[in-house]
Amino acid sequence: MDHKEWREYEEKCIQERPPACMTTCPVHVDARGFSSAMKAGNVNKAWEVFRKTVPFPGIIARICDHPCESACKRGEVGDPVAIGALEKACATLQTAPPVKLSIAPSKRKRVAVVGGGLSGLATAYDLAVKGYGVVLFEAGERLGGAILSYPEATLPKQVIEEDISVMERLGVEVRFGATVGEMVTMTDLQRDFDAVYVGQGKSAGAHSLLEHSAMIDPVTFATNIEGIFAGGSWRTGSSSPILSLSDGRRAATSIDRYLQNVSLTAVRENEGPHETSLYTNLEGIEPLPLVTASDAKAGYTLEEAMEEAGRCIECECMECVKNCEYLHQFKAYPKVYARQINQNLRIVKGLHGANTLINSCTLCGLCKEVCPEDFDMSVLVREARTEMVNTGKMPPSAHAFPLQELEVANSEAVAFTRHQPGKGTSRYAFFPGCELSGSSPDHVERAYAYLTDKLDGGVGMMMRCCGATAEAAGEMKLFAESLQKIRQEWQEMGQPQMVLACSTCYQTFKNHLPEMEIVSLWELYDEYGLPDEAGSKVTGVVAVHDACTTRYEAGIQESVRHILKKLDFTIEELSNSREKTACCGAGGLVPYANRQMANDMAKRRASESQADYVAYCAMCRDSLAAQGKKTYHLLDLIYGDADLSAPAKRGPSYSKKRQNRLQLNAKMRESWWGEMVALEKKSYQSIPLKISDDVEQILDARMVLEEDIQKVIEHAEQTGEVLVDKQSGHLIANFRPTSVTFWVEYSKDEDGYVIHNAYSHRMTVEGNE
Amino acid sequence: MATNDLYPKGEYECYKCNIPLEPAKVTVTYLGSNFTVDLLKCKNCGHVLITEDLALGKMLEVEKMLEDK
Repeated sequence: MDHKEWREYEEKCIQERPPACMTTCPVHVDARGFSSAMKAGNVNKAWEVFRKTVPFPGIIARICDHPCESACKRGEVGDPVAIGALEKACATLQTAPPVKLSIAPSKRKRVAVVGGGLSGLATAYDLAVKGYGVVLFEAGERLGGAILSYPEATLPKQVIEEDISVMERLGVEVRFGATVGEMVTMTDLQRDFDAVYVGQGKSAGAHSLLEHSAMIDPVTFATNIEGIFAGGSWRTGSSSPILSLSDGRRAATSIDRYLQNVSLTAVRENEGPHETSLYTNLEGIEPLPLVTASDAKAGYTLEEAMEEAGRCIECECMECVKNCEYLHQFKAYPKVYARQINQNLRIVKGLHGANTLINSCTLCGLCKEVCPEDFDMSVLVREARTEMVNTGKMPPSAHAFPLQELEVANSEAVAFTRHQPGKGTSRYAFFPGCELSGSSPDHVERAYAYLTDKLDGGVGMMMRCCGATAEAAGEMKLFAESLQKIRQEWQEMGQPQMVLACSTCYQTFKNHLPEMEIVSLWELYDEYGLPDEAGSKVTGVVAVHDACTTRYEAGIQESVRHILKKLDFTIEELSNSREKTACCGAGGLVPYANRQMANDMAKRRASESQADYVAYCAMCRDSLAAQGKKTYHLLDLIYGDADLSAPAKRGPSYSKKRQNRLQLNAKMRESWWGEMVALEKKSYQSIPLKISDDVEQILDARMVLEEDIQKVIEHAEQTGEVLVDKQSGHLIANFRPTSVTFWVEYSKDEDGYVIHNAYSHRMTVEGNE
Repeated sequence: MATNDLYPKGEYECYKCNIPLEPAKVTVTYLGSNFTVDLLKCKNCGHVLITEDLALGKMLEVEKMLEDK
């Protein structure tokens, strides 16, 4: 995406769009900001917000016909916020000094304003502020027009005088008793002024004044007479004071543009009342009744006003942020994140402050699902990661470990492809994926046995990684190579239908290998029935944790539920399930780049229900179980391995998973295909280690493998380069196989090395490396 | 890594040379940036101790900072 496309994508996020009350208001009073200040009892601040877009605030606050209230979202669950009454209260309670006027330097142009009603006053006000010389022609003897007819109790004359006295401060010249058409003619005005605004009231003779030019542009308020603009209640046909005010202000904008000789029509779509695209979810909003003033005549007291303003829900979207721990933790929302990521990609010198933001998204797609505008963070994050890799700006520590895992999973020691034993062709090929192979290698074999039993035409075996790791890391070249290898083997096998156990693999195949026919392992278990040895010994209530990569795979979701029902389980649906499923925290390589974030996401997901979870992705299972959540893999239940009364069991460590993959290759090739597999054993692999469960967990969190430790010890034994902690007596040694230096704290006993601790760094240290 | 007290308080010795480690100026390098810091070192063979606290604390912090540059 280029800069422009980024900006366009950024605009999809509607969080910064104005609330409906504000866009419905003809002059766009920020009623949300106003209510927020009133809620806090900060009346002067509320007044500041109000008069920011309202000239003559004392008048308007008392007589506004508040169209905002009809758009108030609170009104959809009861009474709308009484914004009009709050404004009245604010006008009475405020003690703010008069508004500071900052008048632009004189533009040396003169404008005649005909009519001293609200629209004319507003035009005169805005143009005077902009530096124009304004002469206001009023037929009567007082300014105000229709507002003079309000009863004193509603709008005291003193308020009118105070507000209108601003005309003097602005240097507006007022000519009373100056009926245009009698004393002065339009021709006179056209001759003596650079522009004219006709803003007479409903009763006035503006029609006759402009009888030959009844055409008024509803956007620019220009008439078809050069230099003459018109608006006000005789145009709107309404007695709405706020509409008249709006007309006057919008006409002033046009006159300013006209006199500056710039486009009258450009960028005016959001003037006056309009709709907003801001979405606000009203779920869970309690319908609170309108606060009534104890003295209806006097209006709200401060306390009553604060309580009423407290009913404002302060409309915003934040749908995705509410639903995602990641978006929540970075303390803003996608529009801001998009800006930060874009900037991160563009800066040449300086800190790339958004690297962590970019590498902490699990790419799960929930944001897009809950966003009314389909904003998808993963689109931006994938783009950013790819660009960072291409420009060499990806932090080396972020994805080095999983990419190494990918390399091993696709190495000859792990990966293999065969036709079913005794068959020369494959109508199907089982692709278990690296996560299941690492986490639960026995299940790979049992699933393969099931498939060969149920399916005719030969079920081949393709053991390797689908390459999703490379894709998530932004390593697109590596990803393409990985796909090419799969494509080649699939061709050689005779284009079998691919049976996928992992939902991440499923998406990789679906999106990037569309030439292949694919089916989920769960769909087959559902279709062909459960294996004979099936059946959990105990059943109960379980909640299904759908994998984020099956978000839109309703068929797979349904199959999983069918299987559970056949196993006599009662299913509890999580509030975030199926297309709304939430990530387990392990997606997008987040556990490697930001472990804390991955853990927090897993915790959040785990806390959605008290029920035990069932996952059908090995990564999901292990991620949730690591947070102490009792989570079964669907295969645990199908093959009756699950002990429902036992506490949550962590998945295997990275080390163990790697060993599992290596052993699965050897075991299957030997037992299924009768091959002699000579496991190549490196010298360090025979170094016996003793690692307690606690230490194993620490090593796993630090991504230190047992083989890393063995290499350190081998190096220490060979060179004697060891340090001694005199206090504990522990030996400390270090070794740097490639780009990471590993340190191990250990002691020797008669049959091996007791590992107390291990850690690593990427820096090189003079004298050590 | 401007601070110069990054070595631990405990007592350490070099197994090979059989002498205590002593504070010394050591250069550490990452992504083309160098820093000189005081670390515990064997004056004889030059073996430098990096403790867990240092590796996972200040050192990691500086690594991240340099990676974000």
